[in-house]
Amino acid sequence: MATVRLALEALIRNKVRSLLTMLGIVIGVAAVIVTVAIGSGARTSVTNSINALGSNLIVVQPGSVTQGGARTGFGGASTLTPADGMAMTQLAGVAAVSPLVTVRTQVVAGPNNWQTTISGVAPTYTFIKGWPLASGTFFTDEDIASSAKVAVLGQTDVSELFPGGGDPVGQNIIVKGVPFTVIGTLTALGQSSLGTDQDDTILVPYTSAMQRLSGVTTVSQLMVSASSAALVDPVQTEVTQLLEQRHRIVPGQPDDFQVRNLQSIAAAASSTGAVMEFLLAGVAAVSLIVGGIGIMNIMMVSVTERTREIGLRMSLGARGSSILRQFLTESTVLSAVGGVIGVLFGFAGTLIVSILAKWPTQIPIAWVFLSVGFSALVGIFFGYYPARKAANLNPIDALRFE
Amino acid sequence: MTEVVKIEGLRKVYTIGETQVIALDGVDLTIEPGEFIAIMGPSGSGKSTFMQITGLLDTPTSGSYTFEGKDVANLSADDRADIRSRRLGFVFQSYNLLARTSALENVELPMVYAGVPQADRQRIALEKLAIVGVAELAQHAPNQMSGGQQQRVAIARSLVNNPGLILADEPTGALDTKTSDDVMSILGRLNDEQGITIMLVTHEPDIALYAKRLVNFRDGKIISDGPNLHRHDAEKIVA
Repeated sequence: MATVRLALEALIRNKVRSLLTMLGIVIGVAAVIVTVAIGSGARTSVTNSINALGSNLIVVQPGSVTQGGARTGFGGASTLTPADGMAMTQLAGVAAVSPLVTVRTQVVAGPNNWQTTISGVAPTYTFIKGWPLASGTFFTDEDIASSAKVAVLGQTDVSELFPGGGDPVGQNIIVKGVPFTVIGTLTALGQSSLGTDQDDTILVPYTSAMQRLSGVTTVSQLMVSASSAALVDPVQTEVTQLLEQRHRIVPGQPDDFQVRNLQSIAAAASSTGAVMEFLLAGVAAVSLIVGGIGIMNIMMVSVTERTREIGLRMSLGARGSSILRQFLTESTVLSAVGGVIGVLFGFAGTLIVSILAKWPTQIPIAWVFLSVGFSALVGIFFGYYPARKAANLNPIDALRFE
Repeated sequence: MTEVVKIEGLRKVYTIGETQVIALDGVDLTIEPGEFIAIMGPSGSGKSTFMQITGLLDTPTSGSYTFEGKDVANLSADDRADIRSRRLGFVFQSYNLLARTSALENVELPMVYAGVPQADRQRIALEKLAIVGVAELAQHAPNQMSGGQQQRVAIARSLVNNPGLILADEPTGALDTKTSDDVMSILGRLNDEQGITIMLVTHEPDIALYAKRLVNFRDGKIISDGPNLHRHDAEKIVA
């Protein structure tokens, strides 16, 4: 402790130089904190928005069937029914279920026509997809029960079928000769990550799609939303077991359906964020090392400048090891204090960035300790050589040094 | 009583590039406790080298050196540092006080390295500052003191570990005549009143006259060694 006190006194005696020396470490640590805070905040917000867009979503598709030796691929089997979906709503951890029946066909509205995808869904669909309405209303459970001829239009269909502008709510469209009343429009989602236009769709009650448009009794998909991201895996297992039971799949036989979730996409996005974060932190770590070299430089100067002092201390009975310890302590104290100041600046910088640029930020505490610890290590590492140089001085030469 | 210093056949040879410089060429010298000895000689006579070896700052090339009964000619750097710390006191021409550090802390410094408990350090330091007459300057930094005052603090510092020998290397080299006399009187009194053994190195005959024994060096050898018959009376000068 006496050595730390001596080192602190020596540093306080040279305030300006000590502060300038610390600056490198201060900037390095502050840079690490700010970049990691921004990177980590961005990662969290990306993860959150992916979750919002349905990372809790589990998609159940019919499996493959073999017809005369040819296998159809997933979705080829006609095995999933709306009743399967109804059964799933009873499972714990399931927030909502919607069947999806798609029909690709020509749609006519007055003088205009447009080929689009008709999606037969349940009222829970907007919740599952997190897709709000732009105008009008969405269809209800009564509409499902009555196979109502109502439709909700995506923005692409709004502009293609009603190019004159104005709200199409209340107008009629004709699908496969059946008139549907437009009761609402959806907000624009834009392109999906796969490049398809998500707004090029018309939503109708799945019962209407099955009975009035396609005449099928099975669905193309069942969309299941888990209550939380953590429940996705257990729900997926439950859904699988339920369907195996309902479809009487013999253990050991392949399932006639396939269950997938979007968590892999969320994981990929999150890991991309992590890579960015490490990249930024790496750049910041380089500045820490540069700061460390600054410390070494100043400590070298300090040893030369204080050669007489070292000689004096030695003539007064200081061993080489005491001198080594003194200089090593000085450089470590310098970098550790610099690290702590850097953390404070990092917190301030993070605050400024999140206020001015309105970026989400998040300071991971582990990185705070990591960067302070690393800067202290930098001090020891880069302080060792000058300290050794000081300790190995010959007392006579040191005393005579001008 | 054991001799403080017993040196026999001391040689020191420096090799500078291709040439060898003989700094000390067979020196014999014994210092008894309570002596006040002045080492004199022009520059290049080997007196500084002799002081450094006697002060255990350097090692001889050959010859024997016994300090307080212990063979110290071939000690390791750490062992020499320990003896310097506990048994030797140094006074330098340029005072060598730590800048921006109070007189008190400067005087405490050797005790830090000697491992004196912190509680005792301040008391001993103040005591020694009082002996050399600068107790009131305890909180002053070197740049707030005159040269003479700084040298008194340096003398106080050399006293704190009750050394067996004080080595004063040109202690008045940077001082005017009046102040030189003050500083030398203090050394004389320490020797007279407390029996402290002092080895003074100087090239000024006037200053050497404060010592009780005069030793002349020339070309790495002692050319004369005898009592000082014209010693300045320390008491008179101070009065």
